[in-house]
Amino acid sequence: MTTSQAPAHGRFGEFGGRYVPEALIPALEQLEEVWHKAVVDPEFVGELERLQRTYTGRPSIITEVPRFAEHCGGARVILKREDLNHTGSHKINNVLGQALLTRRMGKTRVIAETGAGQHGVATATAAALLGLECVVYMGRKDTERQALNVARMRLLGATVVPVDNGSKTLKDAVNEAFRDWVANVGTTHYVLGTVTGPHPFPEMVRDFHRVIGVEARQQVLDLVGRLPDVVCACVGGGSNALGIFHRFIDDASVRLVGFEAGGEGVESGKHAARFASGVPGVLHGAYTYVLQDDDGQTIESHSVSAGLDYPSVGPEHAYLLDSGRAEYQPITDVEAMEAFSLLSRTEGILPAIESAHALAGAMKLGRELGPDAVILVNLSGRGDKDVHTAAQWFGLIDDDGGTRLPDDPGAKGMGEQL
Amino acid sequence: MSVGPILERCRAEGRAALVGYLPVGFPSVEGSIAAMRVLVDAGVDILEIGVPYSDPVMDGPVIQDAAVRALAGGVHLSDIFTAVRAVSDAGAGALVMTYWNPVLRYGVDRFAGDLKAAGGAGLITPDLIPDEAAPWIAAADSNDLDKVFLVAPSSTPERIATVTAASRGFVYAAAVMGVTGARASVGDAAEALVSRTREHSDVPVCVGIGVSTGEQATQVGRFADGVIVGSALVRCLTEADSEEQGLEALGALARELADGVRRGRP
Ligand SMILES: Cc1ncc(COP(=O)(O)O)c(C=O)c1O
Repeated sequence: MTTSQAPAHGRFGEFGGRYVPEALIPALEQLEEVWHKAVVDPEFVGELERLQRTYTGRPSIITEVPRFAEHCGGARVILKREDLNHTGSHKINNVLGQALLTRRMGKTRVIAETGAGQHGVATATAAALLGLECVVYMGRKDTERQALNVARMRLLGATVVPVDNGSKTLKDAVNEAFRDWVANVGTTHYVLGTVTGPHPFPEMVRDFHRVIGVEARQQVLDLVGRLPDVVCACVGGGSNALGIFHRFIDDASVRLVGFEAGGEGVESGKHAARFASGVPGVLHGAYTYVLQDDDGQTIESHSVSAGLDYPSVGPEHAYLLDSGRAEYQPITDVEAMEAFSLLSRTEGILPAIESAHALAGAMKLGRELGPDAVILVNLSGRGDKDVHTAAQWFGLIDDDGGTRLPDDPGAKGMGEQL
Repeated sequence: MSVGPILERCRAEGRAALVGYLPVGFPSVEGSIAAMRVLVDAGVDILEIGVPYSDPVMDGPVIQDAAVRALAGGVHLSDIFTAVRAVSDAGAGALVMTYWNPVLRYGVDRFAGDLKAAGGAGLITPDLIPDEAAPWIAAADSNDLDKVFLVAPSSTPERIATVTAASRGFVYAAAVMGVTGARASVGDAAEALVSRTREHSDVPVCVGIGVSTGEQATQVGRFADGVIVGSALVRCLTEADSEEQGLEALGALARELADGVRRGRP
């Protein structure tokens, strides 16, 4: 494809598209139409802004973190605090938009997939707020490692369906959500949780998150007097990353760097580094980079972080990579957990393990760029949901969840690590 | 060779064609080919040769289960062409039913060429709509292969027009909104969809999803050019205690269905 050619409908360069069963096409066409009309309707725009202000708590603040920055080559590090949003992550931005669209389409039921549980919690929250029925699909493995979020969703009135197929993680939850949607599309909207899936989801979800970068760009200008040198974000499906990147795309001096889950290391094969080892293909309705074998079968991903444990990635990221506008690097579980611990202990902010991948990336880039650099990091979520995983990782609790005391020889003791 | 002439022959006989689905590789590659031969001997006119895929969003539990077990058993894409050759040699129409990514990975032109060389009639593509199918349509046309796209009860007249215009061989009408799997009844939606589809095109319309008994085959055969049966056949194999018993149950059901389509029209 030459650059002079306009990209095809629903495409970012050659990526994207609408690879789904015919049965869903009318629903996607309806969604696209309702969405396009809504975003130019002052009533919709006003309602969404009001909810962002009075419910989510927008604008989210930025926080400069000098003690953490000492570990980043002395660069100035500024966090965009999406963790402070209601429900604890950026996911609510997209969900409120889609829930309002659901109501406009006259549908009464929403379904969602979730990995870490943050998108499920956000969807259950919006459903409660707007009086919609809500069913959340979640891989069995994720219901176990994110048990607290399962309880949260149920307390909010949602039904959580554990998915036992395949790898029992996010990709299988997406498959199950699509199956539900095909059967119930007349009454049900599928609130897809990230910037992938069939058109118009990648574009629509990005636009609902774009507010992150719009706010952060001005906030950094106000604080520092200039644009940041780098914007860092973790990339699962890629919604928080595109949300913060998008407003900076025309700022040629600003590097956009996404961090994928490197798991146990790209060479181990146990990772979710789609750009480091994936090949373009189709998964879940979009043409993009996919972890797959020579027969086109999806390869299961691995990550300590449920929210990044996904074998494919939003098609616009594939385009940003191929066009050279953004860069992507893997961060291993060990690196992410080190950054998790570091931010907690130096700044009193417990990040989501997903977001810790972006923090680990900032540590690397800061050391490369030195003290003159300004690094903006999207802190996409808070770590409350990850306390169990982190406590196990650092040996603070035993396998049954019992507390290990400091003199217990099995306890690694986070203090000794720093 | 296109399945068109097979559907014409059935029409001349005053009946609907019987179309059976089985995935390659369950219980083994050889076992699945033996099962396909049983179907052809029992009177199945066209076989849908399924490519097991890791993420089958259009399939219910029975076909998912068979796919998982086939993949665990080590089935590869190259085995598909072995099955196509066997089915075509046995005298039935051989259509491959596949999600799109395996074909993309193999290479669309290469897949079309190898399918043609093995005696295959074409492809059924459950997650590829004509709007996204330009490379496949070009490859199919240059290799003289059938392109079976789907319509669903939710399809608008515009969508039906788009799908029928791009289809060759037949149009696959999904009888119900939902994934593959036997249903107690095949709803009225199917008949309405078939007649809506016929308003746009003369291409044959076959109905699938939900059909599991001879009686349902009779009923659907009254208004459709072909009756497609998948999960009910697959279940004969996945629920069998032994391979022989599975093939026996499969043959018995296929004969019931073949009988069903022959009793369809007055
Ligand atoms: C806090 C947090 N950050 C990031 C992600 C990854 O999603 P995305 O890449 O779409 O931002 C998740 C997903 O669950 C999450 O909960």
